[in-house]
Amino acid sequence: MSSTAVESAVVRARGVRKFFGEREVVCGVDFDIPAGICFGILGPNGAGKTTLMRMLLGMSPVSDGDYTLFDLPVAHADVHRRVGVVPQQDNLDPDFSVRENLLVYANYFGIPKTVASERAEGLLDFASLTSRAGDQVAALSGGMRRRLMIARALVNDPDLVVLDEPTTGLDPQARHLIWQRLRSLKTRGKTLILTTHYMEEAAELCDEIMVLDHGRILARGTPRELIARHVEPEVVAIRGLDGEEDAASLADGFDVRREHVGDTWFFYMQDAKPLVARCANMTGLTFIHRPASLEDVFLTLTGRDLRDEL
Amino acid sequence: MMRAFALTPSHVLAVWQRNFLVWKKLAFASLLGNFGDPFLYLLGLGYGLGMFIGNMGGIPYMAFLASGILCSSAMNTATFEGLYSAFTRMRHQGTWEGMLATPVRIQEVVAGELVWAATKSLISGAAILVVAGILGGIQQWETAILALPAIFLIGLAFAGPALVICALAPSYDFFLYYFTLAVTPMFLFCGVFYPIDTLPQFAQLLAQVLPLTHAVDLVRPLLTQLPLVHPWLHVAVLAAYAVAGFALAAHLAGRRLLR
Repeated sequence: MSSTAVESAVVRARGVRKFFGEREVVCGVDFDIPAGICFGILGPNGAGKTTLMRMLLGMSPVSDGDYTLFDLPVAHADVHRRVGVVPQQDNLDPDFSVRENLLVYANYFGIPKTVASERAEGLLDFASLTSRAGDQVAALSGGMRRRLMIARALVNDPDLVVLDEPTTGLDPQARHLIWQRLRSLKTRGKTLILTTHYMEEAAELCDEIMVLDHGRILARGTPRELIARHVEPEVVAIRGLDGEEDAASLADGFDVRREHVGDTWFFYMQDAKPLVARCANMTGLTFIHRPASLEDVFLTLTGRDLRDEL
Repeated sequence: MMRAFALTPSHVLAVWQRNFLVWKKLAFASLLGNFGDPFLYLLGLGYGLGMFIGNMGGIPYMAFLASGILCSSAMNTATFEGLYSAFTRMRHQGTWEGMLATPVRIQEVVAGELVWAATKSLISGAAILVVAGILGGIQQWETAILALPAIFLIGLAFAGPALVICALAPSYDFFLYYFTLAVTPMFLFCGVFYPIDTLPQFAQLLAQVLPLTHAVDLVRPLLTQLPLVHPWLHVAVLAAYAVAGFALAAHLAGRRLLR
């Protein structure tokens, strides 16, 4: 292994497995995450994303395999100096103000007080929270709290920031503000790893994506590559069809792949214009013609059934 | 289990400082709560009951009771902190999980909580010592000052087991068992209110393995004219509870949080 290869991969996983009792939730995955990119881990609930992240952060013992972070085993305490974590669940300290949350957290890293307070002011500015610095965290909105969690994750000036569903539950304005902040981190040379349910978020932020389901990697690549590889370029989503037979007769004569979710049928094809023309001549149909997106890749790979949280 | 003792002092201190900073914000209210209860016991029982009892174990009842209450309040303070407060931070606020995303490891979180709980025992103990002095519960001021490190040790001895229960507890309700089965029996049968040699033989033997008995036997002679017997035995028993409780709590907390 050459030293440049070692340096360029921030995370390396070789045959990583996780068992909860008899149940295998991560089934021997192999991947590298190069430095300086935003890497997205996508998958439905129960796919193993969060477990993969928790193992990476030393929060869950690795059952088998080789899992390293900056060339150290993931459970090594020293790796935490170089990593910032934004967990899914809000664990800001409710006993402290916004600024104190940053200072107290810096103290866990052993950052000297003067450095910490200087950094805290910079991070408050970064998170647009300077005017709220003295407020208790309970007084903040959901978006502000999430921004504070991101700021807190940066207090040790990490090389890698790991975010577990960073915008879940936020309104569109708050999400866009967070996306903008995350993009600015990338331009500062930080490596980002994020899990998300939102394909829009993955498309906005991620340079590379890994789709996970049932503990296995289903696909990996840039958003553009994944779309080109796994789905046809155009999609027509149609509602108002009477059933499978109705859908089949509508597509009769076209080279088309069909999928059905709830009351909507998706028709994937190279060129959808003839189908759109046919739909326009029928009454009672609602249809949307659009280019294929990551959402289609995701649904094609992981299936369209509803699933329960595991 | 051995991993429990892989401790970086600065990490333990950072956990302690977090709790201290929170306490500082509400220090006055907290202090008032810490010593309100023991103050009432001393006043009500020490004066009221003391009037009828006169001397107990060869010393005035107020002096007998003050040393006992000092120990039992150290027990209560550390136990409450190790159960309710630590559980809130572990289970509801995610404070421990937040710390685990930094270089601080689980055994250091538990150690920080342990030392903090003992610190609270020390703070409230110092306040009670002053009150006991004012009410005439202290006969020997020269050795009374040694009660402070003893109270800190007593705090550690009760924080250890409390953190074990905390790491095992499914909810706050669970703590009631610990109070009914451990804390209240010790409060009543370990020599806080009367000498344990009045108890039946088997109860005396049982009391000898409980930490509060050793706490009282260590502290009472420091505040009164009673002779100090086997001080290092008492110190060793209290230290054993602290260390064993800590190691088990660190192990269990790791198993609970690092799944």
